[in-house]
Parts: sequence; C-alpha cells; structure tokens
Amino acid sequence: MNIITCIKQVPGSSKVDVDPKTGVLIRDGSNVKMNPYDLYALETAYLIKEKYADTIVKTITMGPASAKKVLEESLYMGSDEAYLLSDRAFAGADVLATSYSISQMIRKLHPYDLIICGKQTTDGDTAQVGPEIAEFLGIPHVAYVTKIEEVQEDGILVRTSMEDHEEQLKISFPCLITVDKGTLVPRLPSFHRKQRFTGYSIQTFSLKDLEDKDPSHYGLEGSPTQVEEIFPPNKKRDSISIKGDKKTITNSLFEILKEKKYI
Amino acid sequence: MSYIKVNQELVTKEVAEKLIKLCPFQAFEYNDSILSIHSGCRICKICVNKGPIGVCEFIESKQQILDKTKYKGIAVYIQQQDGVAHPVAWELIGKAKELARITNEKVIVLVIGHSLDRIAEEALEYGVDQVFLYDDPNYQAFDLERYTNVVEEFFQKHKVNIILFGGTLQGRSFAPRIAARLQTGLTADCTMLDLKENNDLLQIRPAFGGNIMAKIHTPNHRPQMATIRYKMFSAPSKVKPFGIITKEPTDSISKDSHVHVLSLEQKPKGKDISEAEVIIAVGRAFKKEKDLELIQPLMKSLNAEVACTRPLVENGWMDPRRQIGLSGRTVKPKLIINLGISGSIQFIEGMKESELIISVNNDPDNKLFAISDYAIHGDIYEVLPELNKLIQQVWSQRTV
Repeated sequence: MNIITCIKQVPGSSKVDVDPKTGVLIRDGSNVKMNPYDLYALETAYLIKEKYADTIVKTITMGPASAKKVLEESLYMGSDEAYLLSDRAFAGADVLATSYSISQMIRKLHPYDLIICGKQTTDGDTAQVGPEIAEFLGIPHVAYVTKIEEVQEDGILVRTSMEDHEEQLKISFPCLITVDKGTLVPRLPSFHRKQRFTGYSIQTFSLKDLEDKDPSHYGLEGSPTQVEEIFPPNKKRDSISIKGDKKTITNSLFEILKEKKYI
Repeated sequence: MSYIKVNQELVTKEVAEKLIKLCPFQAFEYNDSILSIHSGCRICKICVNKGPIGVCEFIESKQQILDKTKYKGIAVYIQQQDGVAHPVAWELIGKAKELARITNEKVIVLVIGHSLDRIAEEALEYGVDQVFLYDDPNYQAFDLERYTNVVEEFFQKHKVNIILFGGTLQGRSFAPRIAARLQTGLTADCTMLDLKENNDLLQIRPAFGGNIMAKIHTPNHRPQMATIRYKMFSAPSKVKPFGIITKEPTDSISKDSHVHVLSLEQKPKGKDISEAEVIIAVGRAFKKEKDLELIQPLMKSLNAEVACTRPLVENGWMDPRRQIGLSGRTVKPKLIINLGISGSIQFIEGMKESELIISVNNDPDNKLFAISDYAIHGDIYEVLPELNKLIQQVWSQRTV
C-alpha cells in the first residue's frame, strides 16, 4: 500500500515574549525541529510498513528550503521517499490555503491509500490542516487515532480516543487519519539509513508543478482569514497574593473557584 | 497578489539579521546577500511596521469585494449525542446573543440528529430567534461526511454570516471539514470574539502556545467560522421562549459514508491526568498518606483528577502515571490547584501551561507562587479543612 505522511518543521521553542515598551517580539533563538506529533504519524506509518511488506511511505512537507532537514530526518527514520513543497506564492497561507496547497501536492503523488498527519502542530495548534486536506481530496478522515488495529484489503480499523469514550472505527481507503500519541514511541533516525540515503535528492515542488497553477488560490490571496494584529496577552501570571488568617484565605479560595464556575 | 516586498537595495547584513530576529514566524531567509520571505510568512506586517524603515513594503492587490449584506444571522451548531446537547453549545449561544446585539443580528441554531424536539425546545429557552432541525434516522449517530453535507445545505439555503462550533474533539475535526467544503476561514480555539459594525467577526486566539494573542478576521469570505473551547464563555440565563423551530427536509442530502463505528467504549474515569481539565496536585507538605483524604471533597466538587510530585511517587503513595513533571506527565488543564508543592523546575515545566494556576503554600519563597495566578499563603492543614466545610455547606444546600 501507499502511505503519505505530512510533517511540518516548527520552532524549537514556543518561548516568545513581547517587549512591553516596543511591542516587538523577542524570540528565544531560531532553532527548529520536527513537530512532535508528526513523529507519531511517522511511527504509525513505519509500523504498518513493517507488518505489510510492499508498503511505501512517502513523506511531504510545505515550507522553506530549510525544511528539507525534517524530511531528511524522516528518511533516516524509515520513510522511503520525501518531497518538499516550497514557493514564495504560498506566503501568508492560512489553514485553508495551506491545506489546499498540500492537497494539490498529494494529488501529484497519486496513487495513495492512506494519508497520516499528526493531530496538530505545536506552532499553529489548530488541528485543522489534516481534516481540510481530506475534504479537498474528497476522502474520509478520522482524527485523534491512537492505534491502528488492522489493515484490511479495502480499509483500516482504527481506535480513537475522545473526551469520555474510545471508538473503534473502520475507514475505507483512500482516507486520512490524524494520530495522537497513543502508546507509540517514535524511533530515532538510524545511522545505517543515513548512509543509505547519501546522495538522495529531495524533490521540490513549486506552484508550477501543481495541477492548479492559479496563484490567487494560494498564499495570502487564497487565505480567507487574515491576521489583523498581534498583541501581547494580559500579563499572564500577574500573581495575586492572598494572605490572612485561615478563614479569610480559605474564603478567598472558595470565592475564586465559585467565580470561575468550578463550584 | 498581495505580498510583502523586500527592497533589496536597502538590505545589509545587519538589516537582515534585525528582520530575521523581528519576524515571529521565522519567515525570512538571508542567502547570498538576498533577503527573501518564504511561505512561513503570515503577512502580520510587523516587518513593515516595526522593521528598519522602507525595507519591507506591503503591496496590496485589489480583491473582488464580497456583498456582506447578503449574509445574515449568527448560527450556533449544537453538538448532541442521543438527544443531549454538549453544554458548550449553550455557552456559544450566550456569546452569539452578545454579538447579535452589536449589529442587530438574529441568533440561529443548527441541530443535526434524530428525535431532536427536546433540544430544540431547550435552545429556545436560551433565547434564540430560530432553530433549524435536520432530523433524520440516518443522523442518529454523528457521521462526519453526512453531517458535513447537512451544514453545507444549511449554509447554501440560509446564508448565515457566522457559524460557531464548540471546540470539542468532535468539533475540532468537524468544523475544518466544513470550512474546506465552504471554502472559507476557520479560527480554532478563539478565546474572545467581537463583531465589527460591518458584521466582520474578530476572532482572537493565542498564538505560539499562548504567549502572544492574534486578532484574526475574515474580510472577504462567508460564513465566518470559529471554534471555541468548553467553559470559555457563559451560558445565558433562560428566558420565555420566543423563537421559531423549523424542520428542514433531509431527503435530497447525500448520506454517503465511508467511516463506520464498530464499537464504542466509555473510558474508565480519571485515568490520564494529561487529559484532565481540572487537577489537584499534591506535594511534600502532606505528611502522611492518610492526609491525602483531605482533598477528597474538593476533588469531588471540582470533578478533578489528583496528581503529585515525584517524592510522593517515590513514597509509594501515588501511581507513577499521576506524576507531573519532565519525568512524569505534562499537563495543561483549565485549572490546577497546587497544594503544598515547592515547585521544582521539573514540576513547573510539566504544568506551567495550565490555564489557571492556584497554589497554596505556607512557604512564601516557594517557586510556584511566581507562576501562579493566585498565590495563597497558608498551611494546607488549615486551609483544606476550612474549605471542606464550605464545600459541605454547598452540598447540603443543594440537597435541601
């Protein structure tokens, strides 16, 4: 079977502060890493590959040329092929435009049976790109998969974890799943594989390689939502000290819980 | 297309470094003396407004302008199971009513399922203007594909301006599907919503793990869509119903489905603290295992999970799965109450993203107070018994 895994390079740290005087963002370094949830997407794909012999795992990402690094990492972990989608025309893409761009790329990698995404990224945190890709491809999706139970001829059995219950579902191929951590432990890149991929060149797709070449469907133009403003939050932990005798402080605590609708 | 133009003649190494540092989305790349912007750019224009003057320039192209007067009403999607609504829906109605007052819009409710009369009546009690029911035996259980078809049909017919969804796991998987179908924007997990005079919805949400807020709008697409987490807003008080219930035909809507639920199991309660919405964390101030019973009334009252620091696991008082910290679990509950915890770095890293942090400690120098919203200076052995009395009072009032 053919599996496509979608991964993303994200900032290595979410520590971003705002200078209260100038409103300028202060970032902690510029290190980047693979979105942690994507590691589970990859691991899920590799486990299927280990069990079902003629499985091919292709890994894709959209981002700058430097995002090739996470694609290389995926090759060293267990992916067979890796592709980058990169074009200035994608700048300013929101969820819709991003999902559309990725769906266009996936169309070029046809045929596929299963697309696996992490449940969300740690930078955007929306969990929306996976489901939107599925809709653009016209295929079913299931989010928050914690386990693949069985791969069948025409579909897969998966387990998902919702707030108060677990479901066992069967999805027909082709389909998309987004995966949660579950019991997975992502493997590390292997030196052996790294050697095997020496000289492998990651193919880059740009707008001109896609079926739909209309730039107005991508990037800022193709994005219904726009960031109007970025601003610092109210001082997050503006600690309120509560002191006094035991009755006073306990009453305060009780009132806080009541006010916040917990009691 | 609209984009940010980099005026290369003004770019020096210093300018490039400045801009690379300034950009919150790490969208600049500086190679061979050329500063370029790649797809990470969100056009937040901080480089235009706060960067070295004249280097970055926003080039705007004219777009087709949408006739916003054609779209009316703020719709709330009610997530329901077996005829019981998820309470986030009522909270969304509360917010929708506030927004509706700004531009004199109608509040509309959309329910999909089977045997929905009770939910429809209940929605009217919250003071909505109109309820649209898509009631069909095929909609008995939630089905992503079928329900998406219904929302599409609903929007094409009623041309609502806004659709709000609860940010439940189901909502977070369902709403994006609809947004893609309707080719519109969707903002996840909004913490604030506002409406402009021209009916544009302002969707405010944290970006970068909550350190920065982004104000997002959907200037040229309808419907405007947002998901909002449970307990973000408040349910309105009930009123004398005045709205109308309309049953919509479902015959012509496609009921194709490629996902089948084979089994459904309720989760055993309180297993995983990383998913808990309310956590009571206990630390070394508890002198003996039996003293942990002091937190029982509070746990019950808050429907909380108990978590702990490493020493309590080492003592064998708690299951390792309940340990917060780098060597335990990371938690991000809506509320965490830390009882008698000094706050090692490992512990703080494991819970600092919690929404509301309350800490009780008699040691004023403990490290948790600085990252707490409320720092309660007190001894747990004094506060907990007092608190339990207050909780008992509430319970006895309820049973009277």
